[in-house]
Amino acid sequence: MSPSPRLQVESGRVVLSGEWTLAALVPQLREVEAQLAGGRLAGLPWDLSSVSRLDSAAAVLLWRTWNESWPRDLVVSEMHRRALERAATMAPAATVAASPTSGPVVRLGYLVLALLDNLRALIILYGQMLLDLGHLVLHPSEIPWREIAANIYKAGAMALPVTALVGFLIGVTISYLSALQLRNFGADVFIVNILGISIIRELGPVLVAVLVAGRSGSAMTAQIGVMRVTEEIDALSAMGVSRSIRVVLPKLLALTAVMPLLVLWASAIALLGGMVSALLQLGIPFAYFVENLQRAVPVANLVIGLGKGLVFGFIIAWVACHFGLRVKPNTESLSANTTTSVVTAITLVILVDAVFAIMTRNMGIPQL
Amino acid sequence: MNGATSAVVEMRGLSTLIGDRYVHRDLDLRVMAGQIVGLIGGSGSGKTTLLRQILGLLRPAAGSVNLFGEDLAVAHPVAQRAMLRRLGMLFQGGALFSALPVFDNIAFPLRELKCLDDDWIRRLVHLKLAMVELEPGHGKLMPAELSGGMVKRVALARALALEPELLLLDEPTAGLDPDRSRSFADLLRELQRELGLTVIMVTHDLDTLARLATHVAVLAEQRIVEFGPLADVMAGDHPLVAAFRGGGQTKVL
Ligand SMILES: Nc1ncnc2c1ncn2[C@@H]1O[C@H](COP(=O)(O)OP(=O)(O)OP(=O)(O)O)[C@@H](O)[C@H]1O
Ligand SMILES: [Mg+2]
Repeated sequence: MSPSPRLQVESGRVVLSGEWTLAALVPQLREVEAQLAGGRLAGLPWDLSSVSRLDSAAAVLLWRTWNESWPRDLVVSEMHRRALERAATMAPAATVAASPTSGPVVRLGYLVLALLDNLRALIILYGQMLLDLGHLVLHPSEIPWREIAANIYKAGAMALPVTALVGFLIGVTISYLSALQLRNFGADVFIVNILGISIIRELGPVLVAVLVAGRSGSAMTAQIGVMRVTEEIDALSAMGVSRSIRVVLPKLLALTAVMPLLVLWASAIALLGGMVSALLQLGIPFAYFVENLQRAVPVANLVIGLGKGLVFGFIIAWVACHFGLRVKPNTESLSANTTTSVVTAITLVILVDAVFAIMTRNMGIPQL
Repeated sequence: MNGATSAVVEMRGLSTLIGDRYVHRDLDLRVMAGQIVGLIGGSGSGKTTLLRQILGLLRPAAGSVNLFGEDLAVAHPVAQRAMLRRLGMLFQGGALFSALPVFDNIAFPLRELKCLDDDWIRRLVHLKLAMVELEPGHGKLMPAELSGGMVKRVALARALALEPELLLLDEPTAGLDPDRSRSFADLLRELQRELGLTVIMVTHDLDTLARLATHVAVLAEQRIVEFGPLADVMAGDHPLVAAFRGGGQTKVL
């Protein structure tokens, strides 16, 4: 291809020839560097007159070899001298001081501060939502119906198949495992109580919340995040469109409205799965199961389950929007915030679930 | 390699199909080593698409694109990568890596070579930054913290990082003030003289074109309707050139 860079020491002169460019240097960098190393050559006269091309990478290499000063005796064409001059005018790059690594106490401190900062922003977002709702009550014509409907479709209708599938499988599994135990005690009929309470009150809402956080929560964070990256949010503001009413509020309202319905749907399918398994394992007919379900599971459990769905839906959308708005305009921040959004939403859901369990400990437990 | 006899980019009968629409049809262009070709044409006429063809990001629907004398489409992947290392591309929107600060953006292609030491890379990056009139301190900024013109300049520095033989520039001076455009043109001129660079640049800026280009290619009606030395083409009477001349003058004034 191109004549490779050559270096010869002829009668006390260093003579370079050939092509001194990055592309030509790379294949034989080791040899060239070995020849240049040691500083023996720095004091000698240099002859670059038969170099055909000299680019800045090679100029930097030579300048380093000369210990950042011009050799006493240098023969070089005017054209190549310019390249060397450019390399020479660069002040020796100050070594970048490595940022001191902070100790565990400092890191913990930053973590707590970040937590407080997030909390503050979450509360502000909540307050903004209340203000927006107030505004919409006064100006009903501004209600973003289309966005709300679109979000209900995306987060709700599109989630029906996957929640059904997962719900059914969980129902079958729990029913199967419980049946194995119950049969040992001859307590077959209690399968109805176990399935009814656990699915309607606990499993249904939490299961759907985890699925929706992974599915819709991440999508919401990513969407708002990309709108930040591409300055679409700024474009909206520039058109006098409120980003919180047009982007954030529809997501909050839609997910809060749609989650209880998803919980109802998933719980029903999970119970169906449980019934199928109970029929096959224990021979309990559907009619008996349904009839006993009404006695074994007070309706308060359903209210608790749907209430949880409502709260979980709000939490997921709230957290998702919060982290979406925190995305800085780069891809790394986008992926980090999406991850944090999902993890935080699921953690919060489980935390709130525990609070629910304590607050409702006297409600809906059947007295036998 | 330096002789003006070898074609760096050669397109023969090139057709580009996007969706079901022809962007180029039966297009011919031959760029020789050492030429600085200004590619002009109306907005949406397919200039960026043509550069993407040269990069092998699109496949020709018909015809061929030869880069450094080889057909990129049929070359072995290893050979393809080696060919792409010999060119630098400045994308219209900058296409900086948004997660990396300016310094790392420019250092990225150098680090990919996996044989330069840190000190060398640091000096080279600072040299490239100086070439586009940025300071070493700017290296710490993230792409989102740059002004529009600075994005362009960083992107140019990154395109120059590997000392390419062929530079593809998509509107390099859009967003630069006249002074910067001029020094950009001077810089490229100088590099061209020293290294025998070949440049294909899309531009709407008559001033830059007049200062820098040795040749002009006019893209219209899905093909190159005019190609030749700057003076010849600009003296021609193609309606697009005339419009360009007229528009350019009012812009310069
Ligand atoms: N990814 C794509 N998908 C569909 N159409 C495309 C795509 N990229 C380009 N086009 C179409 O191809 C045509 C040429 O686009 P191109 O970006 O090459 O224009 P251009 O000459 O660079 O214009 P400008 O000067 O405005 O940058 C346009 O009509 C555009 O709509
Ligand atoms: Mg374009």
